[in-house]
Amino acid sequence: MSIQVRIPTPLRGLTENKDVVDAEGATVNELIENLQTRYPGLKERICDDKGELRRFVNVYINDEDIRFKDGKDTAVKDGDEISIIPAIAGG
Amino acid sequence: MKDSKPLFKGLICKECSARYNPEPIHVCEQCFGPLEVEYDYEAIAPLISRDIIQSRAPNMWRYRELLPIQGDVTVGEHVGFTPLVKADRLAAKLGVRELWIKNDSVNYPTLSFKDRVVSVALTRAKEFGYDTVACASTGNLANSVAANAAAAGLNSFVFIPSDLEPGKVLGSSVYGTNVIGIEGTYDQVNRLCSEIGGRFPWAFVNINMRPYYAEGSKAMGYEIAEQLGWKLPDHVVVPMAGGSLITKIKKSFDEFVKLGIVDAHPTHIHGAQPENCSPIVTAVKEGKDFFRPVEKPNTIVKSLAIGNPADGFYSIQTMNETGGYGENPNDDEVVEGIRLLAEYAGVFSETAGGTVVGAAKRMIEAGRINPDESIVLCITGHGLKTKEALEGKLPPPAAIKPSLKEFEALYAARTH
Ligand SMILES: Cc1ncc(COP(=O)(O)O)c(C=O)c1O
Ligand SMILES: [Zn+2]
Repeated sequence: MSIQVRIPTPLRGLTENKDVVDAEGATVNELIENLQTRYPGLKERICDDKGELRRFVNVYINDEDIRFKDGKDTAVKDGDEISIIPAIAGG
Repeated sequence: MKDSKPLFKGLICKECSARYNPEPIHVCEQCFGPLEVEYDYEAIAPLISRDIIQSRAPNMWRYRELLPIQGDVTVGEHVGFTPLVKADRLAAKLGVRELWIKNDSVNYPTLSFKDRVVSVALTRAKEFGYDTVACASTGNLANSVAANAAAAGLNSFVFIPSDLEPGKVLGSSVYGTNVIGIEGTYDQVNRLCSEIGGRFPWAFVNINMRPYYAEGSKAMGYEIAEQLGWKLPDHVVVPMAGGSLITKIKKSFDEFVKLGIVDAHPTHIHGAQPENCSPIVTAVKEGKDFFRPVEKPNTIVKSLAIGNPADGFYSIQTMNETGGYGENPNDDEVVEGIRLLAEYAGVFSETAGGTVVGAAKRMIEAGRINPDESIVLCITGHGLKTKEALEGKLPPPAAIKPSLKEFEALYAARTH
């Protein structure tokens, strides 16, 4: 099972400059662990010491913010598109 | 100042204090925290004083040492120094002694406080050599980017939710910009723009220009302090969307104190959001230090309809640290607020201003704002941009024949 994850500019230094990478897992949490084995260092960039997503990191599954679903436990399936996006100002 | 060395040192992460060169970046690579401009206050101190500021033209660039550009101002030289109006009739109506309106609804050129941030962002974008600028916007930012880009000869793309008020849409398209309406909420527009920003080599004012852009809001705070006679007020009520302005008002006061331009004074900084999109105010009321995002904002206050506010965390801190509070009036109170401001102060504000008045009214009534203390309301956008909020709420104009008799009858009926 393979899921596409869009990598934001600040993390591309860890992904050989790729803006989209493949990862495996059944939940967002598992995807992050899997990404960490492929691209060491990635997890601590987006998660704090307790393993929780940092407060300025937004994760979307097919356009939907995982905070409106089950957070890091949200299930993912083959073909889903995941985006990791820093908080953005505006108005 | 062209050849002098920049008075800002670079960028610093607000979360982990990692330092970066002053480049077109906005996020810390270590922790995703937002980057903030860091100044060299020791170098600035001898260059700025009340006298120096007062000797300069009445626009926001009279505080230029505290704004993050390297050379001369090239975009928006005339922005700012809007009136600070003492509103005695509105004060009496609300039952307070000293009430001021900081009226950015007449800011130049696009009638909202966003001209401040855009002036800095586009000047900086030119310094970086960009020829195309862009933004995600709830309306006002788009208007300002479009106008200022047109004046500066920059290409522009503005991305907005497709259901914005017609006045806000027209207020961008008239400048010949590329207006892109997105079928979705502002937060979805933002997400898309973050991805577009990763692909296209543009200066996105609220993304890769954000650290510079956000500093422009400080000028509103400097002006309040100067126009009060170099004093800080007891209370300020600030509208919040992404929550940047409120944090920058605090920063502006802190900087003036640090530089000895005003005396230290405990200003309570309060935030206002509309009821159906008030993640920050709700967190303050519940005593939480982080907000829960709002998925589908549904409010007439479209300019403040940001469900996932990037500076929400720091806004909450700002209110808590200053002894401020937050209020979230409903749509009816917003309309009432617009009318109070118009009928008692002669200022026609957009829905964001109605939100501020509605929030202030609630806080005065609840005793959170002491009626004997000085209060500044930040009115940030013009009413003609959101006319539909008042549809059916105002008495229709009387219609009579061109006849003195008819007028006399009408007058008698109104004054009997
Ligand atoms: C009229 C008006 N007031 C206030 C704000 C709030 O700005 P901030 O995102 O800095 O909280 C906005 C943002 O769009 C606005 O348009
Ligand atoms: Zn950091």
